[in-house]
Amino acid sequence: MTTRIVELRQGILKKNDELARGLRTRFEAAGVLVLNLVSSPGTGKTEFLQRTLSQLIGSGSKAAALVGDLETDNDARRLAASGAPVRQINTHGICHLEAEMVSKHLDGWNLADLDYLFIENVGNLVCPSSYDLGEKIRVALLSVTEGEDKPLKYPTLYNSADVAVITKIDIADAVGFDRAAALKNINEIRPGVRIFETSARTGAGMTEWLAYLAQSRLAR
Amino acid sequence: MHELSIVSSIVDSVTETLAAYPGARVKEVRLRVGALASVVEDSLQFCYGIATEGTPLEGSVLIVRILPVRMHCDRCAQDVEIASLQSFRCPHCEAPVSDLRQGRELEIDSIEIDEVEEKV
Repeated sequence: MTTRIVELRQGILKKNDELARGLRTRFEAAGVLVLNLVSSPGTGKTEFLQRTLSQLIGSGSKAAALVGDLETDNDARRLAASGAPVRQINTHGICHLEAEMVSKHLDGWNLADLDYLFIENVGNLVCPSSYDLGEKIRVALLSVTEGEDKPLKYPTLYNSADVAVITKIDIADAVGFDRAAALKNINEIRPGVRIFETSARTGAGMTEWLAYLAQSRLAR
Repeated sequence: MHELSIVSSIVDSVTETLAAYPGARVKEVRLRVGALASVVEDSLQFCYGIATEGTPLEGSVLIVRILPVRMHCDRCAQDVEIASLQSFRCPHCEAPVSDLRQGRELEIDSIEIDEVEEKV
């Protein structure tokens, strides 16, 4: 018997990373801006996305969505009310989306026909941060009901965000939301990140958010 | 709790590598894991015992080396180590830093195996 050390120097999620790189190349070639929405369950990702899709489609843009959940197609049905093509990804117990799931659910869609593709991740503040889905922009959401220190508690996710969205600001006063503390905490974890303060119910902040989307699409 | 799927990927990669070393037994698997990788070592170790059962990795030791977060500080013009994940600021000048240089690694560094010597 001889003992030998074999150097691997290999990414553990190599397969996912390679698939995600392939997807990113495909998305860029097709000219579609892809966003990955991550947050805890109950932040209001679906409501925020429904409003985003409705307004985009209302203004003549072409937008589609993939939505991940452990079970049910409830969210896909809610989002489809916007008129956008929507597909549900059921992970059956897996706590995050992976590039392969995204890839499989794109079959039959002509990406070149789309301006925007939104991927609503499984509600989870830990695992989705490790899995690249080929997105251009990772959006981390935080609702006013969750506690201003959420970014401090889950730094690995908020630090990976390209942009942050605060949701449900219409009820901020009722729940005693400390806006200054929330903004400060997001900035401690992800210095300089662009932050949008929104309400899917009243439409507050949506104009700025949609302008950012349009600008990001052109900035490719 | 995605550690089980991470450990399953480790088992697959190591098993693939072993194809070049027939009959070899794995003694150690060494990982490099960044402090921002969203992976908990205890959970990895727990899953490792389960996922390696009945594979060529059974009985091997998993060694996890945690790499601290390093960011580039523009003001100090150097890479700096971030000690706390609650505040991404340069430890020298207090400037906010967001240019990540190390901390998201999730890699198999190397494996230690016992090879069966070929009979001449």
